[in-house]
Amino acid sequence: MLEVRNVSKVFTVGLFSRHRIEAVKNVSMSVRKGEIVSLVGESGSGKTTLCRIILRLLEPTSGSVIYDSVDVTKLKGKKLKWYWSRVHGVFQDPYAAFHPFYRVERILYQGFNLLPRLDEGEKKRRVYEALKSVGLKPEEVLGKYPHELSGGMRQRVAIARCFILNPELIVADEPVSMLDASTRIGIIKLFSDLRDRFDSSVIFVTHDLGLAYVVSDRVLIMYKGVIVEEGDPVEVMERPSHMYTRRLREDVPLLYRKWEGF
Amino acid sequence: MPEPLLLGLDLRASYRLRLGEVKAVDGVDIEIPRDSIVGLAGESGCGKSTLINVLLANIRPPLVLKSGRILLDGLEILGISREEVRKKVWGVKVSIVPQSALNALNPTKRIIELVKDAIRQHTPASDQEIISLCKRRFEELNLPFDSVYKYPHELSGGMRQRVIIAISTLLNPRLLVVDEPTSALDVSTQKQVLKMMVDMKKEGIIDSILFVTHELPVLRQVASHIYIMYAGKIVEYGPADSVFFRPLHPYTKALMYSVMTPEPESRARGLVTIPGEPPSLLMPPQGCRFHPRCPYVMDVCKKSEPRLVPLSDERGVACFLHHGESVN
Repeated sequence: MLEVRNVSKVFTVGLFSRHRIEAVKNVSMSVRKGEIVSLVGESGSGKTTLCRIILRLLEPTSGSVIYDSVDVTKLKGKKLKWYWSRVHGVFQDPYAAFHPFYRVERILYQGFNLLPRLDEGEKKRRVYEALKSVGLKPEEVLGKYPHELSGGMRQRVAIARCFILNPELIVADEPVSMLDASTRIGIIKLFSDLRDRFDSSVIFVTHDLGLAYVVSDRVLIMYKGVIVEEGDPVEVMERPSHMYTRRLREDVPLLYRKWEGF
Repeated sequence: MPEPLLLGLDLRASYRLRLGEVKAVDGVDIEIPRDSIVGLAGESGCGKSTLINVLLANIRPPLVLKSGRILLDGLEILGISREEVRKKVWGVKVSIVPQSALNALNPTKRIIELVKDAIRQHTPASDQEIISLCKRRFEELNLPFDSVYKYPHELSGGMRQRVIIAISTLLNPRLLVVDEPTSALDVSTQKQVLKMMVDMKKEGIIDSILFVTHELPVLRQVASHIYIMYAGKIVEYGPADSVFFRPLHPYTKALMYSVMTPEPESRARGLVTIPGEPPSLLMPPQGCRFHPRCPYVMDVCKKSEPRLVPLSDERGVACFLHHGESVN
């Protein structure tokens, strides 16, 4: 359904002494319909850059992103709107993504700009249903501003947009890393609900190996701009082939096993 | 029983706001044994940072101490003047590495200047003495000594955190308090920082560590004792392994279930959710503060508040499922 072909992204920084940073190096990957894929890497691994290229928020230096046999890297105008209605992003901090002066109601109605015209009744019905699907009470949150909601509720509002749009692919960049332990799982569960209900695909972009291991059908390990390992999460954890994955597995704190020498 | 390093009794502290009183620490008893790593687990807004401030006798408006006593290494630290606290307690008996430590260093000064300022709060040592003290400690901990002549931004996150921990324990405080020390680091760096702290305890540079975090797997690796905090109160405590593998309080169980680690046990468990969110401390629910989210809620939980009752095996829990005692 989505295919990333030989994508690279080079950033040039500095005014006088030009300095090149290769954030993503010749990466290829694909996502099938209804699949949950995790892209795991530490900060600076290029995972967020790749995520922004897939969302068409950044243009790659070379390579292409193919969605439904359309090359989306050069899309503009109406076509781009169509792509954004099919492929939707959820970010680490929805607070930064929401307009601070818009109430939740308006934030959710913005989503309809990406869809063909609907009548008001249908819009309202969809908004109410979406909010209920993410465990929020419409009458309580619709009139609120983003700062009046807790982090977990804001993330639920962001995901409610996905329920309105029914996108085929959701790209979630660290959606729970700012949330507390007891609210995290509830949010992750919503993504798997979206998959079960609409057969949407999900890409989790995360530094959390545990999260990737628990929820995904497939994991991709990214290191220094390259995908170094890919496969079934259980396989990858049991028999990591790349040195970086092995180190990650050794260093991530576990619950049921203790480190040596501590 | 040997005397604990820190004993806090009936600690109550609130923030006075126009909207009302926020009881961030509401009747907490806590004990930190000598030669231990005590984990304090709880989510943001549960009062754990306020509890740290109380344990450090760092009480400044709008925070107000309502009641409580703290005995730290034989010294009563609540009720003495701030000047005395600064001289006799901080850096000498207890040091803290706050959550924001990574960005708290003055960017315009070399690290050694910050060390000199800090040490002179406590002793009138000469430059030479401070430098040689620093050098010895860095050698002990296998840290490159030349990093003290650098500016904070020249060090990587992990190195900066290790340097901060090393310099905040130069005067061998008995207790080190760390607040989410590794949450901003990647896992390999995190492990190195944890290792260094554990080694410092083994070498006797410090006696005990109070480790505050919401990451249970980290506590599982390092902690010998665990306290679980919810909405301003301790709901459960005990030896780490026993709390981890036989959690009694429903909130502790929920926290355990919310942990996702790359282990077969976690994957087999799947996604077990608990409803709702932690309550606001401005208006905590009546009765047991966890009752609106608790799957085992009974009538009594809505009316009265369970007391934290000691059980066998050094454990304690505040839940009517395990005893019938309530506050008042």
